[in-house]
Amino acid sequence: MNRLRVLAAMSGGVDSAVAAARAADAGHEVTGVHLALSSNPQSYRSGARGCCTVEDARDARRAADVIGIPFYVWDMAERFDRDVVADFVAEYAAGRTPNPCLRCNEKIKFAAVLDRAVALGFDAVCTGHHARLRDGRLVRSVDPGKDQSYVLAVLRREQLGRAMFPLGSSTKAEVREEAAARGMAVATKPDSHDVCFIPDGDTRAFLAGRLGDSPGRIVAEDGTAVGTHEGAYGFTIGQRKGLRVGVPAEDGRPRYVLDIEPVSRTVTVGPRESLDVQEILAERPVWSGCEPLREPRECLVQLRAHGEVHRATASLAGDMLQITLDRPAQGVAKGQAAVLYDGDTVLASGTISGTRARTPAPAESAR
Amino acid sequence: MGYIEYAAERPRPAEDCVVYLDHAATTPMLPEALAVMTDELGQLGNPSSLHNAGRRARRVVEESREQIAEVFGARPSEVIFTSGGTEADNLAVKGLYWARREAAAGRSGPARSGMAPRRVLATAIEHHAVLDSVHWLAGHEDAEEHWLPVDEAGVLQPATLAEAIAAAPGEVALVTVMWANNEVGAVQPIAELAALAREYGIPFHTDAVQAAGQLPVGFAASGADAMTITGHKFGGPVGAGALLLARGVQPVPVLHGGGQESEVRSGTLDAPAIRAFAVAAAVMASRRDEEAARLAKLRDDLIAQVLAAVPDAILNGPPAGPGRLPGNAHFSFPGCEGDALLMLLDAKGIACSTGSACTAGVAQPSHVLLAMGADEARSRGSLRFSLGHTSTQDDVDALGAAIGEAVQRARRAAR
Repeated sequence: MNRLRVLAAMSGGVDSAVAAARAADAGHEVTGVHLALSSNPQSYRSGARGCCTVEDARDARRAADVIGIPFYVWDMAERFDRDVVADFVAEYAAGRTPNPCLRCNEKIKFAAVLDRAVALGFDAVCTGHHARLRDGRLVRSVDPGKDQSYVLAVLRREQLGRAMFPLGSSTKAEVREEAAARGMAVATKPDSHDVCFIPDGDTRAFLAGRLGDSPGRIVAEDGTAVGTHEGAYGFTIGQRKGLRVGVPAEDGRPRYVLDIEPVSRTVTVGPRESLDVQEILAERPVWSGCEPLREPRECLVQLRAHGEVHRATASLAGDMLQITLDRPAQGVAKGQAAVLYDGDTVLASGTISGTRARTPAPAESAR
Repeated sequence: MGYIEYAAERPRPAEDCVVYLDHAATTPMLPEALAVMTDELGQLGNPSSLHNAGRRARRVVEESREQIAEVFGARPSEVIFTSGGTEADNLAVKGLYWARREAAAGRSGPARSGMAPRRVLATAIEHHAVLDSVHWLAGHEDAEEHWLPVDEAGVLQPATLAEAIAAAPGEVALVTVMWANNEVGAVQPIAELAALAREYGIPFHTDAVQAAGQLPVGFAASGADAMTITGHKFGGPVGAGALLLARGVQPVPVLHGGGQESEVRSGTLDAPAIRAFAVAAAVMASRRDEEAARLAKLRDDLIAQVLAAVPDAILNGPPAGPGRLPGNAHFSFPGCEGDALLMLLDAKGIACSTGSACTAGVAQPSHVLLAMGADEARSRGSLRFSLGHTSTQDDVDALGAAIGEAVQRARRAAR
């Protein structure tokens, strides 16, 4: 096996630190790089939570010291702001629910960073993602609770061919144990959960700051007005909390966000069963695990990060991925990825662009 | 295995840096300095103590003070030891500003303290220790910052300073101009500039940290009222420096405490580091002229080799000659990011510098190049190579052999 020149992206967390250490132990020539993603230099001083702070850069540097590899900080703030943050805001403004981690993998880690790395003479980019690669195909982590194949499925074969995920065969608990055994201070660092560029976790306030107030109506399925809101971007399909609907439902049952119409800024709410979706259209499919489908194929599909897995039949209609679920799913939001699996192996991924119940009611077309 | 498979052998340990071209950041300690410091670290005594051990340590400090004074053309009583250049710059800039404010208040009474001079004149290419001190005074102590522009070689023209003072001499609290710039090596006409300030009785400070090891720096002859030097730029240890203060110049202290160093700088004197600082200064001074000539020759060859390998590289700063520090070469490589070049050279064991980085480690466009009129791209694609007492022809040849390919690669990465 060749000794490769490997660029290890080190966030300052425990996963990427152990991943870099394993790559170095394996005999590769590893260089650690922390990606500075915040376009606001203030956050380097204020030390806010999230993945772009001074503390994280320092933690990553200390981990690199312990491993004994060179370490640098790369400024990716401009690209990140353009390709991830601006995209995130635009997607919400368009009534969709984006996944910024997925976008960061697609546009930053395995595009801008990978391209720069290859140009500078590296062979591969190593990250601490919990996923495996088997014969060039992406496979779920052995730790189902930590599996990140969903946010990596957007990667094309040539990107996966340059990727290294040394943690896929380990559970998170094993990774922490190993970090402690290696004497890494990040062994006990808490996991990050929030969107890294929204350190306080208040997505609605972040969007309000970018998009301003954009009041609109909240209506029932029949069009009856039931309330108002300050911005349709504050809602996600399937959301139940925070609707602040003044008029109670006739049957007194909880109501959920069913649809977000960005132009008229209308949010439609209704009972849980109206969330049922069985037909899904996904655009811009990426086929990393199989050839583009020529005929319908039975497979598994996952519709959001850490979401449940559904049995389904997938087919290709033009350049759109058409997915029919065996049983209805709820909370399926446009903008999220639909990822097809064969067992644990990723077949393809597309961006959900339309959903509907199996038998469209006359008044209900594709939402 | 779930990822690109593993090779059997362990990676070789990172090799020690073999080609050190970053003497402007810090220099290897001179063996003479290392020896006296190691020896002194084993000795007991606080130089302020009255007993025998204290007297012994005090004698070490005072002999060192005399040695430093002699090397830099000052009186022993004019040497105030500090922890280094940053502390000396802070003490000079803040302390002299406060002293002027106090003097004005004392003369005219608190009611008229609004009449005290509050303008601080500094070049736009100062080190951050001066730059940020001035900026802090403006933000917190009612100072007015006035940045003196430099020409495209990085030199402050005396006429520029004369004009800035003449605009309102009574308003100017302090002038501070570095002796030689740390990034592009531009030597400033310090004696001429100091004379301009003196005409109006305005205190003049110069940060001579970079100049002190390579140029004949004389405090009294310069006419400056205050001058910063530090040991680790010429073979001394990190952690010992000095502010030279002309007789009668009394900055308000920044550090309060035991009243050491004529009540100007409190804190237990670090006898081992001060001893090594003084020995390094003496050794450096004994061979400065021949060493400067040797470095200038090496540097000229470095410039020739880099330009031969990368014909469109731009030498920033003054042309090689008396206007430039003999050990300094600074280039912009069009179409490159400096941090990518630094990484590629580092991987070949060649150490150099991009200028400054933020707290997190992100390379920042150089404020010095921006002040010299360079655009941001030229500023980002720049590298400094600085030679010092351990530099050899082999170092220069190694850079000459590596720079061409590194630049090609960095250009591909920047596309």
